[in-house]
Amino acid sequence: MIGVLFDGLAYGALLFLVSVGLSVTMGLMNFVNLAHGAFAMAGGYVCAVAMTRWGVPFLAALPLAFLVTALLGALLERTLYRRLYGASQLDQVLFSIGLTFVAIAAATWAFGAGQQPMRLPGFLRGQWTLAGTDFGVYRAFLLATVAVVSGALALMVARTRFGARLRAAVDDGVAARGLGIDVDRVFSVAFALGSGLAGLGGALGIEVLGLDASFPLKFMVYFLLVVVVGGAGSVRGPLVAALLLGVVDVAGKYYVPQAGAFGIYAAMVVLLVAFPHGLFGRRH
Amino acid sequence: MTQRAPADACWHWAEMVFWLAALAAFFVFPGYRVLGSQVLIVALFALSLDIVLGFAGIVSLGHAAFFGVGAYTAGLLALHGWNEPFSGLVAATALAGLAGFAVSWLVVRGEDLARLMVTLGVGVLLYEAANRAAPITGGVDGLSGIAMGKVFGIYAFDLGGRTAYLYSLGVLFLVFAALRRVAASPFGLSLQGIRENPRRMPALGVAVRTRLVAAFTLGAAIAGLAGALLAQTTQFVGLDTLGFPRSAEVLIMLVLGGVGRLYGALLGTAAFMIAQDTLAGIDPLYWQFWLGVALVAFVFFARGGILGAIDALRGTRRRP
Repeated sequence: MIGVLFDGLAYGALLFLVSVGLSVTMGLMNFVNLAHGAFAMAGGYVCAVAMTRWGVPFLAALPLAFLVTALLGALLERTLYRRLYGASQLDQVLFSIGLTFVAIAAATWAFGAGQQPMRLPGFLRGQWTLAGTDFGVYRAFLLATVAVVSGALALMVARTRFGARLRAAVDDGVAARGLGIDVDRVFSVAFALGSGLAGLGGALGIEVLGLDASFPLKFMVYFLLVVVVGGAGSVRGPLVAALLLGVVDVAGKYYVPQAGAFGIYAAMVVLLVAFPHGLFGRRH
Repeated sequence: MTQRAPADACWHWAEMVFWLAALAAFFVFPGYRVLGSQVLIVALFALSLDIVLGFAGIVSLGHAAFFGVGAYTAGLLALHGWNEPFSGLVAATALAGLAGFAVSWLVVRGEDLARLMVTLGVGVLLYEAANRAAPITGGVDGLSGIAMGKVFGIYAFDLGGRTAYLYSLGVLFLVFAALRRVAASPFGLSLQGIRENPRRMPALGVAVRTRLVAAFTLGAAIAGLAGALLAQTTQFVGLDTLGFPRSAEVLIMLVLGGVGRLYGALLGTAAFMIAQDTLAGIDPLYWQFWLGVALVAFVFFARGGILGAIDALRGTRRRP
């Protein structure tokens, strides 16, 4: 019971890390980015390649995954995403589906269709047994990492000048522009940061979610779910939604394995209908 | 909005040429009848999405759900001994329409993003349900061993696709002719009005929600009809009939042809599937990559689709 809860929280923490960038994209610019999972996948491949081909240690490969995907995100935001901010939802959907297809085909071409093997360093493997319950060391590491990262993120949003600008831009973009805040620039930085976090999540998630070329489509619904249930444009909403989702999903698959992901999808539709703006969303 | 809906009851000569060409293809390319029948069926599916997206303006990411409901209904009926094709089509259409009616209330409630997510959610929900209900649906193995009866009691389904092609073409044409009338009717025009300005239509006394529910239900029912056709002509139903890739692909085909113009659905499907048949035959990976690139380029440069390009060539105004 406690073990399931623990695994669910770790899983949820991972989902949060990947999805928080999407929350900013959807909340700030109203951009439906179905390709967000592709950034997570990119981070995963950076980590896997760095470790298996270049012999970079795992703990060094994680920041590398963050940096490379953040750069990739910044590049794509500058060249492509930025031109579609005012576009219709249909255009955004088509564009991001196209980007997803390109990412999947490119990943299959470069790395093959199979699961990417990764070997964790010794000190992250194994279990701790505490009061008769097994706790995976890696899951504890995952929880701790996500706690540190989201703590830093929350501090940044609440305390720094950039965070204040970001909050202003989310709350009222027009007024923020009027006050001299460079909203476009804020969004570029936020997008790069969100992509980087997704990449970090992808790298951390190889052990939990697996990594193959179909990753962006396989988990697309989960990432969107976290944002839409939590309410786009906030950090707290997706955090609660992701933890909830992680626990429900792991518990569902553990106790009712024959139902698979059915329960989580049903919960999603019910929540969407009951709370069209998300659990913590702002009403427009 | 200067779009020329196919408003007049009189058929333009280009339309007649189009349908005669579809019939002529049966005789000219006998080796491609199986592919041809699939194009016709998916064209019907794209047409159903055009009602939902092109006329009612609802972006659906889970339209394959209704396609799948129709396919499984027809497949299961035939598998359990009811193998007369036309009644199978009617049953599948009715059931998919019913499912669409139920879902439509959830869809029209929310705003754009919630709509997108509800359609996506219903799609993955049904996929997972069919995947898990293996004793009924066959799970990942799908439904095979379907034995269909003869069309009109005379024409049996054959491996060469003769019956399949003409049967699908007949159904497609009848549905198209009906939808052409619907599009020109006050109901069709009010849908376009809602798409263009959802705030003004209530002021004109239009019951927006009821119209959207009706359009979504109609689209779902026709999607079910297309699914049933696929099940009957291929005598197999797979899980992929319900999957997200199918929803995404049909959306791409429709947009490629041109949204909200009925013929766009048909042309887009034909262009997409013929290109897919040719290119994916060389290398599926190559196809997926260039499809993605083409989509991105398409969004930036060619929003009107094939019909939009034709309009531009003829010097008429393009859709905004």
